[in-house]
Amino acid sequence: MKLLYTVVPFAPLVGAIVAGLWGNRLGRTATHRITILGVLIAFLASVAIFFDVHNGNTFNGPLYTWGTSDGLTFEVGFLIDSLTVTMMLVVTFVSLMVHIYTIGYMADDPGYCRFFSYISLFTFSMLMLVMSNNFLQLFFGWEAVGLVSYLLIGFWYTRPTAIYANLKAFLVNRVGDFGFLLGIGLIAAYAGTLDYAETFAQAEKLATMNEAVTGWPLITAICIALFIGAMGKSAQVPLHVWLPDSMEGPTPISALIHAATMVTAGIFMVARMSPLFELSDTALSFVLVIGATTAFFMGILGIVQSDIKRVVAYSTLSQLGYMTVALGASAYSVAIFHLMTHAFFKALLFLSAGSVIIAMHHDQDMRNMGGLWKYLPVTWLTALIGALALIGTPFTSGFYSKDSILIAVAHAQIPGATYAYFCVMAGVFVTAFYTFRMIFLVFHGKERFGQAHAHHDHAAHGSDDHHHGLAPGEKPHESPKVVTVPLVLLAIPSLLIGAFTIDAMLFGGWFANVIFVDEARHGSIAALREEFHGALAMGLHGLTSLPFFIALAGVALAAFFYLVRPDLPDRIAARVRWLYTILVNHYYFDRFNEIVFAGGARRLGRWLWQIGDRTVIDGAMVNGSAQIVGEVAEAGAALQSGRLYHYAFSMILGIAVLLLFLYLV
Amino acid sequence: MALELPNFALLAPQIVIALAALVLMTAGAFARERWRQWNYVVAQLAVIVATLLTVFTSGDPRVQTTFGGIFLVDWITLVVQLFIYLSVFAALIYGRFYLIERGLERAEYYALVLLSLLGMQILTVANHLLLFYLGLELMSLALYALVAFDRNHALRAEAGMKYFVLGALASGLILYGLSLIYGATATLSLPEISSVAALRPGDERVFGFGLAFLVAGIAFKFGAVPFHMWVADVYHGAPTPVTLLLASAPKLAAFALAFRLLVFGFFEYAHYWQPMLMVVAVASIVLGNLAAIAQKNLKRMLAYSGISHVGFILLGLAVGVVEGNHQLALNAYSATLFYAIVYAVMSLASFGLILLMARSGFEAEWLDDVKGLNQKSPWFAAMLLITMFSLAGVPFFVGFFAKLAVLQAVVAAGYLWVAVLAVVMSLIGAFYYLRVVKLAYFDEPTERQPLIASSETRVLLSGNALALALFGLMPQGLMSLAAYAMIASL
Repeated sequence: MKLLYTVVPFAPLVGAIVAGLWGNRLGRTATHRITILGVLIAFLASVAIFFDVHNGNTFNGPLYTWGTSDGLTFEVGFLIDSLTVTMMLVVTFVSLMVHIYTIGYMADDPGYCRFFSYISLFTFSMLMLVMSNNFLQLFFGWEAVGLVSYLLIGFWYTRPTAIYANLKAFLVNRVGDFGFLLGIGLIAAYAGTLDYAETFAQAEKLATMNEAVTGWPLITAICIALFIGAMGKSAQVPLHVWLPDSMEGPTPISALIHAATMVTAGIFMVARMSPLFELSDTALSFVLVIGATTAFFMGILGIVQSDIKRVVAYSTLSQLGYMTVALGASAYSVAIFHLMTHAFFKALLFLSAGSVIIAMHHDQDMRNMGGLWKYLPVTWLTALIGALALIGTPFTSGFYSKDSILIAVAHAQIPGATYAYFCVMAGVFVTAFYTFRMIFLVFHGKERFGQAHAHHDHAAHGSDDHHHGLAPGEKPHESPKVVTVPLVLLAIPSLLIGAFTIDAMLFGGWFANVIFVDEARHGSIAALREEFHGALAMGLHGLTSLPFFIALAGVALAAFFYLVRPDLPDRIAARVRWLYTILVNHYYFDRFNEIVFAGGARRLGRWLWQIGDRTVIDGAMVNGSAQIVGEVAEAGAALQSGRLYHYAFSMILGIAVLLLFLYLV
Repeated sequence: MALELPNFALLAPQIVIALAALVLMTAGAFARERWRQWNYVVAQLAVIVATLLTVFTSGDPRVQTTFGGIFLVDWITLVVQLFIYLSVFAALIYGRFYLIERGLERAEYYALVLLSLLGMQILTVANHLLLFYLGLELMSLALYALVAFDRNHALRAEAGMKYFVLGALASGLILYGLSLIYGATATLSLPEISSVAALRPGDERVFGFGLAFLVAGIAFKFGAVPFHMWVADVYHGAPTPVTLLLASAPKLAAFALAFRLLVFGFFEYAHYWQPMLMVVAVASIVLGNLAAIAQKNLKRMLAYSGISHVGFILLGLAVGVVEGNHQLALNAYSATLFYAIVYAVMSLASFGLILLMARSGFEAEWLDDVKGLNQKSPWFAAMLLITMFSLAGVPFFVGFFAKLAVLQAVVAAGYLWVAVLAVVMSLIGAFYYLRVVKLAYFDEPTERQPLIASSETRVLLSGNALALALFGLMPQGLMSLAAYAMIASL
């Protein structure tokens, strides 16, 4: 079995290495076959492991000991349990779909082989992250997925916006990683181990301790530090700023990395650490408030976007906020459940958006679309399924997970729960509105494509395939099979997986012994269990419950604004210009970071460079010490006179010194 | 008392080398010119046979003695001898081409190498003070002659003369020290000296005097400060193959000498020799690293670098005695043995690289001669890089683990400041090693002659340098060999 576990991450790695080193020599077809084969093997192995875990065979053990230092063991190891295998399935399945989809999407790109190498490498990194049984490997995976994300955001590296975006993602993630490392460091320092199981065994003991220097409660400090890491990776306010910009990367990776898998690493990590988080109400409140803020306020920004990918990106932010809220409400299994359903329907939405973008010849502006449904029937249907799942229409997978979150938050008792409840409820309306705004603008209404775009300068783009748009009179076409088949394959779980798995995942003990909830103090999951009477009953009840009507109102309003009275939105925006300005500037987060952090860092850097580096270190220390060493060296060399009697004299002197010790001891 | 026949089989490796040396000497006097090429074969064969004999005769049982206990064969003998053979074997291969080109490849050369090898062997098996002296003189005399072997060359002759005069002075010191020790203990047998429970009050001082002279002599053989003056001149002046030999195998023999005398023989009197070794070691590390910076000659630079490495070896020997803590002592001594082995192998590679670059009329001994090696041969530039990184103690090359092991022992013994000083000095030392790498990679070559070394030199040198990288990735095997030798022998 251990071999099978090993195969899962390493099959994609082999694919990545082969594609990366010899891709251009092998040719495109061979490259995508090899990488897809690697991911397919990983997926099939994951399925086999799934059934094995289902039969009760879990595994926790080292694969390779990297080193031991001062009692701390650094290992590569696997922890295979229900949580891991769920993530493995999601990651490998979505990755497989994206691999296939990429054949169509990147068909004309000169970086074809490089792209396949990257996404396979990403699959390897993500699998190492989720399969880890210790913090060190977790951190390795964490950084590795961050690296691939960086590489892929900047995939079109000749574009200044892409370079800016990937640098931004990298820097913002450093902030999160700093917290994450602090958390791991605290665990290593106080628990004396990096192994999950050994750490969790000491959780109760850690909960009674205080951090030695600051006096803070240790467990809270650890949890918040770890969560700061999750905030960076999972794009929670205020570390969310990199995710919308990450849409500079090719669409398949927006689906894979920046919607379905990597950004959920933070959610996964907190769920994995549930034995620690359960011990600190302060940390849970912090998680809850951050998540709720993200869920609501980022959703609102989705309303004012005109780039189709950015709408989906803000929607991702908002949905990540929902997952975080579930974590804060101690409903970890619900968070993972939503993570899974979201992975499917969000990947679906992104890939549909990609399909639209292909059809529009890489024009992403929704204002230039409209009425596409009859040209792209498959894309339209699948996007509609994704949208319905996203807004939580009863019986879709999104409904089961999101409704569970809403109920869980309603029953949460910790400080901040009321605020969170308001945010997620209001978020339902916002989600429905922006989602159907997108559907209506893209697929319905008047056909606005094929008009001359005065603001596009084609000559300046050269080989750049961004923002081409359709020529006047040209009609869009449905995308090739390699694009639509993954859409269909993703649409099926988007519709169905929620109903089939909710019972097992939330209530059936699938996560028993893996996710730990202190039900005496945090009762939301217990309350959820009490209200649950089967998936069908939940769906029927959903048709009469408040969130459904809120969502319906959102859809209706979107229909009114964008189908019935398309002139209204602009007029409203003109009326409340101040609000609109704030929104299109993303609450000025970017501006703030630009001025305070980026500007401040540059100023500090310049100061340290001038004073610290050039004057003190270079001037006094480096050159100064080098000068001293040089002078001493010359003097030492000068002792070597070449004369025999000097040498003999030095030996006699040495004897005298040694004899001196006889009197000293 | 029945006369017991000594166990000659145990000394078979030494006997083989002695016979081969005699054969070569005879051949040098009488053999025909066209048989000359066989000299090399005989010498190498002798080394290989001795290696095999050593492997088969020693190690089981762990400790064996013969000739009434004046010879002792144990695991330290085994490990040290194996690496001495390896060094000599490599030295003969690396040096052959150089010697042929300069018309120096004569039977006497091989005879002298084997005689010095015999001296080194005796140092590893001796268990009696006179035998130590004998081994030391045999080794040294052969080496003096080797240094001056190219006798028409003024620099070589000068170096040989200096080495001889100073060596004679050192021998005098050692002999004087031995006689004082004999005076205090009335015996020359090492086990008997170590078992002399308590010296009479007056004898203690005499014994201490003797020890001081002995330590001075050992320090001279190692080339440690302040008995190091010969090192730079001799390394520089000697033909490079001899320098190569001088920098590798005798260091291991000197380790065996110091370890046997100080640790085996005079462990009870460690309070005398420990501070002496310590001060010599620290001085060597400081002066070696600093003076190396100022050198423009590669061989001189490596000579000073060697002084600093010897400082580490002596440091490891000095810190082994910690209030009777057996485990710490074991750790320190195995770290020291490990260091000595690693240093010998690194020396082989570094001087081997000089020989690789050298050719008739071009010694490749100046720093400038390394310039642009990467353009001539990227492969050997990489080997140079590995060797220099390892010498500098860059992590994940074996030199790093050698330093680490010794420094751990130093810290465990409580000499934190010594460890800090050693690290700072190593850091300064990294400068001159990295300078060599920089010259090889980033400077334009001064001349564009291709490398013309023999293929066996190329292969062995590659293996030698790669071993430094490989053992850096997996230092455990070599370390446990050193540790096992200590456990089995102490």
